[in-house]
Amino acid sequence: MPDLRRAEPVLPGSSSGSRAGLAVPSGETAVMASPPDPRPRRRRSGAVVSRQERIAGPLFVSPFFLVFAAFGLFPVVFTLWVSLHDWSLLGDRTWVGLDNYRALVEDDHFWNALTNTLGIFVLATVPQLLMALGLAALLNEKIRARTFWRMGVLLPNITSVAAVGIIFTLLFARDFGLVNWTLGHVGVDPIGWQDHRWSSWLAISIMVDWRWTGYNALIFLAALQAVPRDIYEAAEIDGANAWRQFWSITVPLLRPTILFVVLVSTIGGIQLFTEPLLFNSGANAITGGTTRQFQTLTMYLYEKAFTGLEFGYASTIAWVMFLVIAVVGLVNALLVRRLRSVD
Amino acid sequence: MMQNRRMRAGAAVAALVTMGTFLSACGGDDAAADDVTLRVNVFGNFGYEKLYKQFEKDHPGVTIVETAEGDLGQYNTQLIQKIAAGSGAGDVVAIEEGQVVNFLQSADRFVNFQDHGSNEKKDQWLDWKYAQATTADGGTTIGLGTDVGGLAMCYRRDLFEKAGLPTDREEVGKLWPTWDDYIATGEKFQAGIGSDEVHFVDSATNTYNSILMQTADHTYFDTDDNLVIETNPAVKDAWDTSVAMVDAGLSAKLKSFSNEWNAGFKNGTFATIACPAWMTGYIKEQAGDGNAGNWDIAPVPGGGGNWGGSFLAVPTSSSHQDVAIELAQFLTSADGQMSAFDQVGNLPSNPTLYSTPELENATNDYFNDAPVGQLFVAGASNLRPVYLGAKNQPVRDAVENALRSVENGQKSSEEGWQTAVDDAGSAAG
Repeated sequence: MPDLRRAEPVLPGSSSGSRAGLAVPSGETAVMASPPDPRPRRRRSGAVVSRQERIAGPLFVSPFFLVFAAFGLFPVVFTLWVSLHDWSLLGDRTWVGLDNYRALVEDDHFWNALTNTLGIFVLATVPQLLMALGLAALLNEKIRARTFWRMGVLLPNITSVAAVGIIFTLLFARDFGLVNWTLGHVGVDPIGWQDHRWSSWLAISIMVDWRWTGYNALIFLAALQAVPRDIYEAAEIDGANAWRQFWSITVPLLRPTILFVVLVSTIGGIQLFTEPLLFNSGANAITGGTTRQFQTLTMYLYEKAFTGLEFGYASTIAWVMFLVIAVVGLVNALLVRRLRSVD
Repeated sequence: MMQNRRMRAGAAVAALVTMGTFLSACGGDDAAADDVTLRVNVFGNFGYEKLYKQFEKDHPGVTIVETAEGDLGQYNTQLIQKIAAGSGAGDVVAIEEGQVVNFLQSADRFVNFQDHGSNEKKDQWLDWKYAQATTADGGTTIGLGTDVGGLAMCYRRDLFEKAGLPTDREEVGKLWPTWDDYIATGEKFQAGIGSDEVHFVDSATNTYNSILMQTADHTYFDTDDNLVIETNPAVKDAWDTSVAMVDAGLSAKLKSFSNEWNAGFKNGTFATIACPAWMTGYIKEQAGDGNAGNWDIAPVPGGGGNWGGSFLAVPTSSSHQDVAIELAQFLTSADGQMSAFDQVGNLPSNPTLYSTPELENATNDYFNDAPVGQLFVAGASNLRPVYLGAKNQPVRDAVENALRSVENGQKSSEEGWQTAVDDAGSAAG
C-alpha cells in the first residue's frame, strides 16, 4: 500500500499557455498530461522500415507489459475468478456465481469497515493536507538550515510503519500510556483509546498524519518552487500583502498538485492496514476492536482470507475495493477536467 | 496511464490475496546431494536446540535449521499460505492446537503418520491429543503431539497477602473448587485490596475459555459440524459465569497478549490468571526478575483444562520426507518431550511420563518452588476430548470479541450475547 503513495510529484503547470503541460516526464504526470502532440509523426521519406526495426520497438517496451501482465493484470483477473467461487484456502472450491457479491451487499461488517475506512481517511487527510501546505509554505521561506528542515520532515515517512505503529500504540496505551498520563495532569480520566470509535479513529489518524504530512509537504514545496516569482512581484506592486498573495496566487496554482495529493492519499487511505492492526495489539488484532470500531476494509479482507479461510469472499472484498478506488479516481479525473476549464 | 494507476491499485489488493502463490515460490536451497538440510518452522520457543544437536550427531550429513516466528497469528497465516500453495513450508512444521482443525481439511498435504506406525504407538499421547490431529474417519493423523497446555491458576502471593487472603498454594486451591467460589474469592480480594487499579483477574475471555473447555464434549459445533452455539448450554453457562465475574468488578479488562496485558504481569494490575504450563515461561519473561517469588501456582477451579499445545507435522511438499518424519518422531518421543520440558517448561503430552519422578518432582523456582509437574499434569489428565469443528477459530474470535465488548461496558450482557450468536453465524459461513 505505501508503494502507491511513493509516486512522483506532479508539478503544477504555470498559467501561461506555453507551459500548459507538466514538468516531470514520469508515468504519474500523465494523469494530468496535456493532450498528445497533434502533429502527425513524419517518417524519413523513402526509408524502408526493416523487419528488425518493426520487432525491436515492441520488444523494447515489452518488459513493462510482461511484468504488468504477471503482477498486475493476472492477479486482478484471477481475483475476479476466485471471487465467483466458494473457495476455501485449505479445502474445497465450488462455483457460486455472484453469491459472494450478493452476500457482501447485506454484510454489516463490510459496510462497517467501509465506513471506518472512509471516516479515518477524511479525519486523517483533511488536517494532513492543511498542515502539509502550511509546512511547505514555511519551508519555502528563507529560514536557517533550510535543507536540514526539508530533510527532517521526511524522516517520519522513512521510519518503518511497524515501528510507528508499536510506538504510537504504547503512547496511547490505557494504563501506562504517555497520552493518558499527560491528560491525567489536567484531570482527564484514562481513556481506553481502542474502546471507542472516535478515540480509535483519532489515534489512528494521528499515526497516519505523523507519517505522511512531511511527505506531502515536500510535494507541495516542489510545486511552490515552480510558481514563477514574477507573479508575486506583480502582486506586490499591486499592493497585495503576503496573506493575500498566498490565497490568490499560491493556492490556485497549487490546485492540480492538491488534486494529485488527494488522489494518492485516497489510494493509500482506502488500503489502510498496518496502523490500525498494530493499534489493536494482542489477541484478535485483525477485527479492529471489540465491536470492529476501527476495522478497515483491508483488515476485513485479511480476516476473511486468513482467519475465516474464505478466499472467495475475501477476493470479493478486494474487487469491491478496487471499484471503490476506481470511482474515487474517476471523480478526481473529472475534477481535474473542470479545473482546466476554470483556468 | 490513469488506467494503469487504477489497475496497479487493484493489483496490489489482488497481490495481497494471491501473495502465497507468488512468495512461496522461493523455497529453501538444498546443499549437496548427500547432505540434507532440514528446515523446521516453529513459533515462540519449543526448546529443541539440544535435541537438534543430538539428532545431527546421530545422523551425519543432516543439518537442522530452525525458524522461530514470535507472533503466533503471523505464523499461522504464513503456514496456511505455504501449505495452500504447496511449497515454501519447512520439512517439519509446528501446528498450534487452534489451527489443527483447519489443516485437517487438507490432510492430503501432510504425511499420514499412521503409515509410519503412529497407531501402534498411540499410548504415547493423551487420547484427546492424538484425536485432535486425526481426521474424523480416524484414517489419517497429520500431527504428532508435542506439549499440552494443562491448566492451573497462577496467582500473586504479595497481592493476596495485601488483600488478606491466604497465600499458601494448597489453601488457595481450597478457596475455589468451583468457578462460583472463584468469583466469591475475587469479591473478597477486591474488598480487601482497597485499590481500583488492581483487579482479581486479567480478563474475562481466558476464564470463559477455561470454563467452556471443562464443561463440554463439544462447544460451538456438534460432531456433524452444525453450529450449536445457541442450543449448547455449556456455551451460555460459560458466558454467564464470565459475565458474572465482570459484573462483580473483578476484571482488569486486559486483552490477552496486548501491551497492557504484558505490562500488567510486571506492574501487578491483576492477581490471578488461568495459566497453562507454557505460560509460566511467558510470565517469567514479562514479570521480570524483580517479581521472582511473587507469583505462585494453584489448581484451577473446576479441576482441569487445556489452553494451547502443539503438534509437529511433515508437509508432503518436503523433499526429505523420510528424515523429516524421523525428526518429528524423535522430537515428540518421550525423551524429546522431557527435554523440552526441562528447557522451557512445556508440559509433555505423553501420559506415560506423568508418573515419572522427573516430572512429579519438578518444581519452578521462579514460582516459589511450585510443584509444576504435579499441578499441570493434574490439569491435563482431568480433561476429556472436546470436538471443535473446522470453523472453531473464527467463531471463537467472534464470541471473545463480544465478551470483551461486554467487559468494556460497550454492550449489555444480552446485547453482547446476541452479537456473539449473530457473528458466530456469519463466521461459520
